[in-house]
Amino acid sequence: MVEWTDSERAIINSIFSNLDYEEIGRKSLCRCLIVYPWTQRYFGAFGNLYNAETIMANPLIAAHGTKILHGLDRALKNMDDIKNTYAELSLLHSDKLHVDPDNFRLLADCLTVVIAAKMGTAFTVETQVAWQKFLSVVVSALGRQYH
Amino acid sequence: MSLTPKDKATVKLFWGKMSGKSELIGADALSRMLAVYPQTKIYFSHWKSCSPGSPEVKKHGKTIMMGIGEAVTKMDDLERGLLTLSELHAFKLRVDPTNFKLLSLNILVVMAIMFPLDFTPMAHLAVDKFLCALALALSEKYR
Repeated sequence: MVEWTDSERAIINSIFSNLDYEEIGRKSLCRCLIVYPWTQRYFGAFGNLYNAETIMANPLIAAHGTKILHGLDRALKNMDDIKNTYAELSLLHSDKLHVDPDNFRLLADCLTVVIAAKMGTAFTVETQVAWQKFLSVVVSALGRQYH
Repeated sequence: MSLTPKDKATVKLFWGKMSGKSELIGADALSRMLAVYPQTKIYFSHWKSCSPGSPEVKKHGKTIMMGIGEAVTKMDDLERGLLTLSELHAFKLRVDPTNFKLLSLNILVVMAIMFPLDFTPMAHLAVDKFLCALALALSEKYR
């Protein structure tokens, strides 16, 4: 089981309570699709992904980015059992969506960069450590049910 | 995943913006890597401290940025340009090449903090490609 210090919990909760889900969700997913273009393979039904400009203007991508970020709420509310909280989502990504689990890390890295840009110098080393620890637990839980 | 002329221009542009603060940036990126990925500290077990702000971290951050600066000037032939550095990393330091991407991510994080508006997804793409190419050139002599 993952151990969280009070400080780590406070940091993660603070980030989420100040989060603009639509802005950060959209920016993170767009950044992932642009920086790692092979991730576009999962979004064949999402319309025009022709170049960076069309990706950033695509409303379906924007909506999906928001959805992904709200998916993180579940981990936030169940920090002491993220593994089981995401069991179903993990099966979904493996059996139905067929997402390469390495891509979770790519999206997590893009999310980190977007949050860093938003928070600026408030994204201290301590904040980054807690944030990336949280994301790595999420990524690990999402990849757990692959078989 | 080779660098286009536009990628190279983007990297040079950002490098220009960063040049006055490269020591701070290097120290910040290195501090973040050591904290977020504690396993990277094994390469610095001879240091008194791996904490942010420690003199060794500051000094080494500067060394790393100078190396990257050298790579920026040799972007057209990184393999040849970084031969000596590759030999150093391969035969003397023997840094597992998987760690290069851990430092790269933290350089990108520091750039995002410094340039929240300018570090667009396209800029991120160009710099990430460059850092990947750099890492590849650095690991050229490994085997």
